[in-house]
Amino acid sequence: MNRLRFLIPLGVFGLLAIVLAIGIARSPDKGTIVSPLLGKPAPEFTLPNLLDASQTVKSSDLRGRWYVFNVWGTWCFACREQHNTLLEIKRQAVVPLIGMDWKDAENDPLGYLQQSGNPYDVIAADKDGRAAIDWGVYGAPETFLVNDQGIVVYKYVGAMTRQVWEKEFLSRLPPRQEPEPKS
Amino acid sequence: MNRSGLLTVMLAILVLCTPAAQAVDPTQMPTPALEQRYLALTHELRCVQCQNESIADSPVDIAADLRRQVREMLLAGKTDDDVRNYMVARYGEFILFRPRMSAKNAWLWLTPGILILVGAFVAVRIISQRSHLVPQDNEPLEEDIRP
Repeated sequence: MNRLRFLIPLGVFGLLAIVLAIGIARSPDKGTIVSPLLGKPAPEFTLPNLLDASQTVKSSDLRGRWYVFNVWGTWCFACREQHNTLLEIKRQAVVPLIGMDWKDAENDPLGYLQQSGNPYDVIAADKDGRAAIDWGVYGAPETFLVNDQGIVVYKYVGAMTRQVWEKEFLSRLPPRQEPEPKS
Repeated sequence: MNRSGLLTVMLAILVLCTPAAQAVDPTQMPTPALEQRYLALTHELRCVQCQNESIADSPVDIAADLRRQVREMLLAGKTDDDVRNYMVARYGEFILFRPRMSAKNAWLWLTPGILILVGAFVAVRIISQRSHLVPQDNEPLEEDIRP
């Protein structure tokens, strides 16, 4: 027994190494806040429609079907980076793409969309950033996947890429049903 | 530089820095009690974008939005815990600079205590073992030292 005592510090060291290795292995995700919304109902909101200020975009209107919720702003470089990918996603027409234009009133989001194309089916304008707080947004672009029960299934922080779209979003969507059960 | 000169310079730096520190957040609460709670809360909530700053210290937009939320909730008569719960529901425990104890992080809180107990146990054992050796050790040791 006594002869094996040197194993105790070695064991403690091994344990520490394992703990630290797990920490390091997970460090690429450090800085990305895991959303507490995952598995919970998507936040309720009623916001003006960016393209037609007389209309509103309501979370209740979105209920009953899967949708992708993308938070963006013209001031956000990574949003411009993902723009073409979003246009491509829209062309696929697999799932409605809902945009939320975040704190963008002093810029010209309409001019930007006219010039670069509009990838969104509908865009809510969150002028003062309150709805963004409800969604736990901390840096655009952020993209949420919400299911037909209104539950947030997945959240991606950063510019959308084709890889992320295929790996994280398309894979989570239910197989396409035709004809659409509800329009 | 002599001592009083150094002191003057340090005081000058201190005085010069104070307005800059307040410039990030010019908010004034109506009563000193609310002001106190507002300052305490904004200093213990993490800026979610620049994650090593509190929302009180951070000049970014989202920190200002979160401060506005804290201010409005306090003015509406919400408790400090209401504000914390509101933030945690949206941004997770990560937003609290002072994490709360839960089953998930209990080991983090308990480990230091356990390590102290283990250390104390080891120390007591070593000391008691060595103290048995003292009478035997003393004689030859003194002989060794004296030529």
